[in-house]
Amino acid sequence: MSLRRALVGCKRVIDYLVKVRVNPQGTGVVKDVKHSMNNFDEIAVEEAIRLKEAKKLEEVVVVSCGPKQSVDVIRTALAMGADRGIHVTVDDTDKLEPLAVAKIFAKLVDVEKPDLVIMGKQAIDDDSNQTAQMLAALVDWPQATFASKVVVSDDASKLEVTREIDGGLETINVKVPAVISADLRLNEPRYATLPNIMKAKKKKVDTKTPEDLGVDIVSQLEYVSVAEPPKRSGGTKVESVDELLDKLKNEAKVL
Amino acid sequence: MLSSSVRGRTASVLKQCVRAFTLSSEHEMLQKTCRDFADAVLVKGAPEWDKNHTFPADAVQEMASLGLMSIEVPTEYGGSGLDALAYAVALEEISRGCASAGVIMSVNNSLYSSPVLKYGSEEQYETWLKPFTAGEKLGCFALSEPGNGSDAGAASTTARDEGDHWVLNGTKSWITNGYEADAAVVFATTDKSLKHKGISAFLVPKPTEGLTLGKKEDKLGIRASSTCNLIFEECRIPKENLLGSSGQGFKIAMATLDGGRIGIAAQALGIGQAAFECAIEYAQQRKSMGRPLSSHQMIAEKLADMGTRLESARLLTHKAAVYKDEGRDFTKEAAMAKLAASEAATFIAHQAIQILGGMGFVTDMPAERHYRDARITEIYEGTSEIQRLVIAGKLLKEYAL
Repeated sequence: MSLRRALVGCKRVIDYLVKVRVNPQGTGVVKDVKHSMNNFDEIAVEEAIRLKEAKKLEEVVVVSCGPKQSVDVIRTALAMGADRGIHVTVDDTDKLEPLAVAKIFAKLVDVEKPDLVIMGKQAIDDDSNQTAQMLAALVDWPQATFASKVVVSDDASKLEVTREIDGGLETINVKVPAVISADLRLNEPRYATLPNIMKAKKKKVDTKTPEDLGVDIVSQLEYVSVAEPPKRSGGTKVESVDELLDKLKNEAKVL
Repeated sequence: MLSSSVRGRTASVLKQCVRAFTLSSEHEMLQKTCRDFADAVLVKGAPEWDKNHTFPADAVQEMASLGLMSIEVPTEYGGSGLDALAYAVALEEISRGCASAGVIMSVNNSLYSSPVLKYGSEEQYETWLKPFTAGEKLGCFALSEPGNGSDAGAASTTARDEGDHWVLNGTKSWITNGYEADAAVVFATTDKSLKHKGISAFLVPKPTEGLTLGKKEDKLGIRASSTCNLIFEECRIPKENLLGSSGQGFKIAMATLDGGRIGIAAQALGIGQAAFECAIEYAQQRKSMGRPLSSHQMIAEKLADMGTRLESARLLTHKAAVYKDEGRDFTKEAAMAKLAASEAATFIAHQAIQILGGMGFVTDMPAERHYRDARITEIYEGTSEIQRLVIAGKLLKEYAL
């Protein structure tokens, strides 16, 4: 027995190697830089493809919400081995909040009827770490967050998920359908091979708008300003333990 | 108002320009695959492979499974079915990680697979092409001889027609991949009186009786790739191993080298890029006279020149690749790309050491390896002097009075 379909989230973010800079207006960050698929989402895509290769899953559908260039991350996922893509067009992703993305996914769950949704535990740009949890609440499915191992039961009715928690590892069983969020150590994503990059061109990508899905994505938050973190100032050397204690007590006020 | 045909033409010219300036999303994707692979595997392995003359067999196998060993071979024969621009982009990224891996890949792609694909028959594909696409087997190209390098028409290796066999005699030199290769495209004279029109190309399996290998050359750079002589003594090969038709060899060699030059240009770009990255990073970290090297104008000037030489050579290389993909004559463009890129690489690697100073001279940093690896790109597959001859010849024809 295998799971029928997985929806996998893949967000287009500023590439992890780019040094992020605040724009001169202080309204956001400089966008005209290299973008890639969110690294945690890459792990989610890889896991879905591995489940499919292990015949535990039949179809991998990748979803990205974002501007037209988000098709590139969908193509990357298709080149890795996903079957088809859904692009939900949203021009201004700065204003796209986790709840709105969760609502979009909830609608897609209605339409696509997957047995599983896998997402990166967070995106490396806003580091929210909320979408998977919100989605699980909206569709009333069990959730297994921060997964470092996923095992599908023989009858494909349950998942045994190992989670990375503060104290170590926790193993839980969840019934399908379920939402999983992928942690760093779940797997090591593959490279998209050259022949697969060409094959991905022929795979289907549907384009939808939030309006098509009847989802209101109006932002609930207001951005007041965006600023660089303060520059680290140099440390000082102390002459004695007494001086150190004095500074800790009276300057840093931590003792 | 422009007439519609002029507008149409302008649009197509513009489209070409755009293609050379910015990569398509597929090209960007394969660039990412190659760059990530190079960072994860090649950058780490290259210093040891270089030091010990080790052929990076595992890395080459992995490159083959990524589809890098037969980029332009159609998918029905097991290749990746991509174009020359994809080849240039991929080879640059691989060479940025390890110049030796770059040349190993380059030889299998443009010097071996390309002539077999272009001049071979469907029957020959079975034996001589398909096993060479997946990393199972590796090919090499044997044109130069001890007595002639740049002057390929003067081949003294002979092929004697003996009914159902050819018998080869002579020595081929500077054969990259010579040690590891499972087959070679060998050029030999079938009729000396016809000079370059009497040269033919042959498919020779390795090992085979009558073919011995010379000593493995100890080289300045690209030390992880092997280079050796192929010595033929009464080496008998079946009649059907003739590639193309009899007397077509010189043409096959020249056409192959045109494509090969795009490969070596791309390899040089990769070496130049690696040296440039090493230098620009160091220049910002290292302080002298109380400020970063990069804030001293003499160093900043070097960086500006290095970046400009690199980017100009890259544009020429991509242009040559796009011309090849469009089926145009690209001989001049490929020669210009190879000349510009190889000279840029040696210049950049030289300046990188200058910026690093003593740190550039020791093997703790990769700059000295880039310097050694860059040097060959001005020599093989046509020296800089030969490229200038080719370019001048083409220009004088173009501008003939």
